[in-house]
Amino acid sequence: MGASQTHSEHKFQDLVDKTGFSLEQIINLHKRFKQLSGNEDTISRENLDSIPALATNPIRKQIIEAFFDKRNQRQDEVGSFHEIGFEQFLMVMSHFRPPTLKTTEEEREVMRREKLRFLFNMHDTDSDGTITLDEYRKVVEELLSKSGAIGLEAAKAIADAAMLEVASTNVPHMEPDEFYEGITFEHFEQILKGLEMESRMHIRFLDVNTTTMHCGK
Amino acid sequence: GVSCFLQTACQCLPGCDFGSSLPERALLLVLVLVFLQGSVLPLGAASSPDVSHQDKTDNHKVEAQGHNYTKKAFPVLSIDYHYIQTPFEISLWVLLASLMKLGFHLIPRLSSIVPESCLLIVVGLLVGGLIKLAGEQVPPVMNTRLFFLCLLPPIILDAGYFLPIRPFMENLGTILMFAVVGTLWNAFFIGGLLYAVCQIQPDNPSSLHQIELLPCLLFGSIISAVDPVAVLAVFEEIHINELLHILVFGESLLNDAVTVVLYHLFEEYSGIGTVSVLDGFLGVISFLVVALGGVLVGAIYGILAAFTSRFTSHTRVIEPLFVFVYSYMAYLSAEMFHLSGIMALIACGAVMRPYVEANISHKSHTTIKYFLKMWSSVSETLIFIFLGVATVDGPHNWNWTFVTVTVILCLVARVIGVVGLTYVINKFRIVKLTTKDQFIVAYGGLRGAIAFSLGFLLDPAHFAMREMFLTAIITVIFFTVFVQGMTIKPLVELLAVKKKQEAKRSINEEIHTQFLDHLLTGIEDICGHYGHHHWKDKLNRFNKKYVKKCLIAGERSKEPQLIAFYHKMEMKQAIELVESGGGVKLPAAMPSTVSMQNIQPKKPPPALPPERALPQLSKGREEEIRKILRSNLQRTRQRLRSYNRHTLVADPYEDGLNDFLIKKQKIIELEKKITEMNNYLTVPSAPPDSPTITRARLASDPQAYSVKPTSDSVPTIQVDLASPQSPDSVNLMDEFRNARQPEQDEDRGLMMKPPSEAKGPKRPEDAEGAKDQQRLMRCLSDPGPSADEDEDEPFLP
Repeated sequence: MGASQTHSEHKFQDLVDKTGFSLEQIINLHKRFKQLSGNEDTISRENLDSIPALATNPIRKQIIEAFFDKRNQRQDEVGSFHEIGFEQFLMVMSHFRPPTLKTTEEEREVMRREKLRFLFNMHDTDSDGTITLDEYRKVVEELLSKSGAIGLEAAKAIADAAMLEVASTNVPHMEPDEFYEGITFEHFEQILKGLEMESRMHIRFLDVNTTTMHCGK
Repeated sequence: GVSCFLQTACQCLPGCDFGSSLPERALLLVLVLVFLQGSVLPLGAASSPDVSHQDKTDNHKVEAQGHNYTKKAFPVLSIDYHYIQTPFEISLWVLLASLMKLGFHLIPRLSSIVPESCLLIVVGLLVGGLIKLAGEQVPPVMNTRLFFLCLLPPIILDAGYFLPIRPFMENLGTILMFAVVGTLWNAFFIGGLLYAVCQIQPDNPSSLHQIELLPCLLFGSIISAVDPVAVLAVFEEIHINELLHILVFGESLLNDAVTVVLYHLFEEYSGIGTVSVLDGFLGVISFLVVALGGVLVGAIYGILAAFTSRFTSHTRVIEPLFVFVYSYMAYLSAEMFHLSGIMALIACGAVMRPYVEANISHKSHTTIKYFLKMWSSVSETLIFIFLGVATVDGPHNWNWTFVTVTVILCLVARVIGVVGLTYVINKFRIVKLTTKDQFIVAYGGLRGAIAFSLGFLLDPAHFAMREMFLTAIITVIFFTVFVQGMTIKPLVELLAVKKKQEAKRSINEEIHTQFLDHLLTGIEDICGHYGHHHWKDKLNRFNKKYVKKCLIAGERSKEPQLIAFYHKMEMKQAIELVESGGGVKLPAAMPSTVSMQNIQPKKPPPALPPERALPQLSKGREEEIRKILRSNLQRTRQRLRSYNRHTLVADPYEDGLNDFLIKKQKIIELEKKITEMNNYLTVPSAPPDSPTITRARLASDPQAYSVKPTSDSVPTIQVDLASPQSPDSVNLMDEFRNARQPEQDEDRGLMMKPPSEAKGPKRPEDAEGAKDQQRLMRCLSDPGPSADEDEDEPFLP
């Protein structure tokens, strides 16, 4: 086991540089990856689907899809994977790292844009660079999907109102016959700038021992 | 006597410079009332048996007074001050406090430089000074029971009910660290070092030597607690960002438990002189009991209040009362067991709020909000004034060493405590606290009236140096409130600390907040560790499944948060619309010309035979119609019935509001159609009604203003209130509809039917137009739904 350990550590060191995680975090996440994949080298959608805790999550389809979305790999590709390896898994996870005290203002900006981009990709399911009204409606419907019939009626109205808000904020003067195609990434950034994404969209990655991880499966 | 004085005063006023501006006149009035206050209180303090003494003291103020004691057989007019004395004095104090508040805001520059709390203390000093000058005994206003049972609860309830739960919970660890560990550190540091300082100076043995360790520690524990009243008063004016506000404010609330325990511990044992380890241990247990017990008591009362509010749909008038009474009882119950009353009150308010707000009417919600704000405002004002008065009054024992050392130690302890704790806390926080944040937290540690009251509560028999303590406490309070309170605003500007975002929450932010919550929970589940998103999600699901069903009445228990938010927003917009006099556009955050049609995907117009073209509405006609709609909206608003207590129960305004919402929706659709008709050949489908409208319709027993068409050849206005599936939703534009794809499931609302080509010769264009307007007026100027009147009557003659 000694040789393969050093080999994997070497690989992990690359990943540390690429993704910004610490070595301990990467080792922990690797263990989890192995758990999810059943000791294989790749994960498929079914592996993630089978996590019991995710069953009650209204947007789990989008979450799982996000892992397999090529746009989240920061390599300017589009489309989706069939299976992902550990490196891609880590890449997606790296979107959820928090800023540290040493993060400069510029780095925060970059982080914020990255996280917003991740969210945008989750909504923009046809990868055309805009979130159309239908796509946005779908988002709201999924959010309200666990609330039965009331949810579905209201989802349309809410999505319409939200879209109207985006349009009003970003393009204040539209002629009656102009048509607002969809939310572009810039508009998306604009309407969500109040939320301070870099401080909100993060989870705590453990770098202590991993006994808690076994409870998750 | 008082009334005569008032009369003379009022006669003086108009005689004064008539050209003086309003603020000056108001100031004059205020000063008059201060004098009045000063004269009445001696009147009360020196009780009436000593009438001659009373005559002596009310000298220059009451010359116009004449005793009406004639030798009539039957006293036509007599004065019995004693009868009304206590309530009268209380009212006078409250009036004084409120007028002071008024006065400050009339003076333009003052309120921006000096925080209100400072001004109020100065007023208190003035009033106390006046009373003392009059030679009278100052009323014991800083009565501890009065303070803790009457003045403090409204402020805390206001804070607790409107506590922003989300940031509070997110930062709970940090807040607890500051509140518990920080206060303990402060208390022991100050107490210990004070004792050390008192023990030095062996050359000139002063009275300080007699102070032992335990009283010093007691003093330390009294002075170390950050005061919620002072923090609120100052921080409200500086508008810093939410994180800092909740940190300092949360700390000031939660340190009450620590203060209570330390106070009782040291007070008990300073008689004896020593505290054993066992007592210390018991103190720790006591702390847990006090804190958790307080929260538990509050939570129980909160749940009771929420449960009660479930059944109040028929007695809306007394809904706010339940909120207030249950909360006050929570406070009193906690105080009865010497638990932390403040924590009970906060827990009660925070627990009951989401459920109560889902159950009560809109009016009750407003009532609760305004009553809480009013009471807490008056309380706060009174507290500061009384602080001033008590300062003038209280027996003082000024000792330079003690006081200066106390002030310095307080500052130093605070700074060291905050810096040290932040160093530890930042290891566990994700969003770290910067140096600027630490500075504001340290600088915002204001002391206030609670410290003074606790000092006042000390038994003079056991504590010979009570006066010295009180003097030192007052000095620290004055220092923090005046110096720190006045300078914190410029410092915040100077350091460019992030300010509170004023923008109201948009629906997009709400959607994405929820989305983020689910996303982060999902990622945590994929990562496999139970982070706090996981537990929050579990708590939410538990809440939705069990708790909401018990505590929220009817349908709203199933309402998801996003929809609730959306309804609230719609309600707010509708109210804004009514208040602004009824424009027909949805008010947006910034004026924009974007409307629903801009975002609806265009439908291609089907080919139509040219003779079926819609009439072009001339611009003039359009304007007329718009004007009519607008004026009718206003008329509807004015016609809301004035109510007595019984119609209040049925909430006519809310019904009117619902009607109004429906009309608004219709009018928006009509406007859209008017403009579109100038551009398109077809009328696109109307957007579906919002759930508010649907709910309003379902709830308020819709009356259908349906028009039974007797002829297709005249433009008719049809107001259709029926639900989408109802057979009453007759579609008059069937000629057109048959040509396009049917969208029959959508509600048509108001629509203009164009005249078909077969125009009756008796109906020229103008008559039609006039009839349009007439019909418009008729249908819109009808008051609320009345079952018999309009249901099946066609609009067409």
